[in-house]
Amino acid sequence: MSLIHKTAAELGRLVAAREVSAVEVAQAHLDRVAEVDKQINAFLHVDVEGTLAQARRVDERLAAGEALGPLAGVPIAHKDVFATRDMPTTAGSKILENWRPPYDATVTRRLREAGLVILGKTNLDEFAMGSSTENSAYGPTHNPWDLTRIPGGSSGGSSAAVSAYEAPLSTGTDTGGSIRQPAAVTGIVGMKPTYGGSSRYGLIAFASSLDTPGPFARNVLDAALLHEAFSGHDPLDSTSIDQAVPPVVDAARQADVAGMRIGVVKEFGGEGYQPGVLARFHEAVELLESLGAKVVEVSCAAFEYALPAYYLIAPSECSSNLARFDAMRYGLRVGDDGTRSAEEVMALTRAAGFGPEVKRRIMLGTYALSSGYYDAYYGQAQKVRTLIMRDFEAAFHQVDVLVSPTTPTTAFPIGERADDPMAMYLADLCTIPSNLAGNAAISVPCGLADEDGLPVGLQIMAPVLGDDRCYRVGAAVEKAFESRWGGPLLAKAPAI
Amino acid sequence: MTLMPYDEALERFEPVLGLETHVELGTASKMFCGCSTTFGAPPNTHVCPVCLALPGSLPVANEKAIESTIRIGLALNCTIATWCRFARKNYFYPDMPKNYQISQYDEPLCTDGYLDVEVDGATVRIGIERVHLEEDTGKSTHVGGATGRIHGADYSIVDYNRAGIPLVEIVTKPIPGTDRMAPEIAKAYVTELREVMRSLGVSDVRMEQGSLRCDVNVSLMPRGSSEWGTRTETKNVNSLRSVERAVRGEIERQAAVLASGGRIIQETRHFHEDTGLTTSGRSKEEAQDYRYFPEPDLLPMAPDPEWVASLKAALPELPTVRRRRLQQEWGVSDLDMAAMHNADAIDLVEATVAAGAPAADARKWWMGELARRANESGAALADLPITPAQVAKVTELVASGALNDKLARQVLEGVLAGEGGPEEVVEKRGLRIVNDEGELAALIDQVLAANADAADKVRSGKIAAVGALVGGVMKASRGKADAGRARELILERLGVQE
Repeated sequence: MSLIHKTAAELGRLVAAREVSAVEVAQAHLDRVAEVDKQINAFLHVDVEGTLAQARRVDERLAAGEALGPLAGVPIAHKDVFATRDMPTTAGSKILENWRPPYDATVTRRLREAGLVILGKTNLDEFAMGSSTENSAYGPTHNPWDLTRIPGGSSGGSSAAVSAYEAPLSTGTDTGGSIRQPAAVTGIVGMKPTYGGSSRYGLIAFASSLDTPGPFARNVLDAALLHEAFSGHDPLDSTSIDQAVPPVVDAARQADVAGMRIGVVKEFGGEGYQPGVLARFHEAVELLESLGAKVVEVSCAAFEYALPAYYLIAPSECSSNLARFDAMRYGLRVGDDGTRSAEEVMALTRAAGFGPEVKRRIMLGTYALSSGYYDAYYGQAQKVRTLIMRDFEAAFHQVDVLVSPTTPTTAFPIGERADDPMAMYLADLCTIPSNLAGNAAISVPCGLADEDGLPVGLQIMAPVLGDDRCYRVGAAVEKAFESRWGGPLLAKAPAI
Repeated sequence: MTLMPYDEALERFEPVLGLETHVELGTASKMFCGCSTTFGAPPNTHVCPVCLALPGSLPVANEKAIESTIRIGLALNCTIATWCRFARKNYFYPDMPKNYQISQYDEPLCTDGYLDVEVDGATVRIGIERVHLEEDTGKSTHVGGATGRIHGADYSIVDYNRAGIPLVEIVTKPIPGTDRMAPEIAKAYVTELREVMRSLGVSDVRMEQGSLRCDVNVSLMPRGSSEWGTRTETKNVNSLRSVERAVRGEIERQAAVLASGGRIIQETRHFHEDTGLTTSGRSKEEAQDYRYFPEPDLLPMAPDPEWVASLKAALPELPTVRRRRLQQEWGVSDLDMAAMHNADAIDLVEATVAAGAPAADARKWWMGELARRANESGAALADLPITPAQVAKVTELVASGALNDKLARQVLEGVLAGEGGPEEVVEKRGLRIVNDEGELAALIDQVLAANADAADKVRSGKIAAVGALVGGVMKASRGKADAGRARELILERLGVQE
């Protein structure tokens, strides 16, 4: 099996055992990127020299007898919303074109410390706002399963890179589903950790109270290894949780659901869901039962209001977070010809530098926070958020995890929803509640939809700091399905 | 601009005051990052990704600043919140890196307190609405144009060293009933507040460096009315004297506007140090919408009540309490105490007393000769190059009879001129009192010989004439003779008994 088809765990083991060099592994992935990324457009920036230098450094350290982590020498694709001091960081926006941060995000720093080799930066919806990666200022990313379709979003570059074997691992951020939905529609694993479990320092903010960095991988164990590598308390992020990272790697190895109580969210299903998605989901639920889990239906009535609440809270926070892009200190500057005032230059820069979806959300958020409307919109949305938390709390009294389809449909064609924001927003219907409540949730592959042969994801939701449960159940499902399918789902993807 | 004479304005209208004071805390690092807060560094050298608002950076609250704010609240008799949050105040301005300020909105750390201030011997209680914690902005300098303000400037430059320095905002409740004392009360409030800050050690409260900044709100209502008028907010009030002048000036201006049938516009006004007048700034008629919402990057603050109680127990003696205690210890009148307070002499007198001087003497020198010297040179009393210990030494020399007052003044002059400590100056200038009987007798002989008429008058019983002879001895000794002893010896020599 070629290096690019191996798991991250296996690559890490081979490099650590010095059976293969980190440079060889890096070169194999750089070759793959060079070969396929013109079709995929997963990467905004590939750092060939830097990648090889990082890999050499890992080899040197290993040669010097240093003990590195299990992922040392494993290549990774890094979402271009994390600050990297040696690579541009654009957040998919023209307003930050060519911006090079003078500092590393905490996640970036921890990847480096773990010896992961950062291949480059991946495409995303501008400022992580979207579900298709079509909102990138640098062109859409294509789904490796069908190049005419979207790879999900906002972390679509990261999901596509892993799905297309350009990297065994990638980072993402999940604000309303931006890891889980892309993972689902590209047939890979994507995990949103508990809010505060992974540091936001150096992650360019979209919605501060929701943004959560998390891993993508082609299998559950790899995702857990990456999760463990970059998570944990960070004094630079006040909202980061000062507790040990849940035992995610052990849980992924445990892969056993016997005796677990699993709740099916009653509200997710029915109208608006693709039949093939529901069919695969029900199969997954039956599979869990067959593995010894006790399955019950659970009602979470407030989930119905999650989407509208999200589309008040997230834009409100983004309208404030994105105010700093004003042409004064960094990034794009338009119209500064010596005659215009600072305010005019700010306005011209923001008009030219932000795309339509970003502007739409800034407008929505500005309105929702306005005096006289705050209580009716932002205030009300926060109340809904509290109700959703209570629903989760009540549910987790009855069951250990909740399950649902990750997203109501498979990957849709590029352009299909571009002019229909409401249709686009529905892609995150099932994922948003976990962002509003801050709990952990994962998406794992559960088969292909009959009508289009495209991947379907199973979402497994666990309580706050119950991240290990996601991996435990996810790994059990993966193991059972892979033995049924005779290998990973991704093996069924057409070759590129 | 038309003004109405102050007396007339007060006959027709009653002022209502409000004061918003910003105090930069003297913490070592900024409010939300580790950058230094030292004043006067080269522009844009105390900056980092956080206080420059680089994409992805996040704030971490400075606990020391939270503690200082709570201590301020406690000193101002406020209730300390058991749970509260930071909020974002959103508006665009080039010197504010994030284009929002992390501040507090409807959940301030401290609420509902008061500060007692003394004006002309009477105590006035000023209600405190709230004390909250926020961050300072950068500092813009507008180059070109006539006013030094952004409008009309050719270009502007920004220094972000100040961006993110912890700033405490202290807002009074509306202050009605000040009547014609409004300017003095405003000044007394800011003075007292400054002293509270100093006693707490939370800020260097230097108005000229901007570490204490005051916005003055004034409205007028016609006499007999109970409905408050529209208020204006005057900024750029950079000294205690300006606080007084700004209030007075705004009363005179508003009175003129109202008397001529005009209406007061709710606006920000700008105080001009040179003229003592205000000019119109930004109108607040269409209130700016700051779109406040709870800061999602920071956790709520929930000060442990036990910790707050321990901070309260550890508060230093506050200025009013201390002044009352010292007044009693020193046995001085209200008026004298007020004079010392106004002259910023209390600390100096206290230190001089601590160095061994009697309170009356310490007060006499600081408020007399030294105050005069300070006044002449335009220096603050505390900035004179003399220490309380040195002043105490001078009082000791006078008490022991080694110096008289006149000589003591010369010693002080020498110390101020950098000639050394009091004893050194006495030595160098040869200022010790002449009480050598032989030397004195020789001087008296000289004087009696030269003033035979006066001597005769004394002999004939006109004892008052002895003054001229004593004066002669003092002159001849260049002030160094012991005048009392000289008088005794002259009368003895002339055979006169009192």
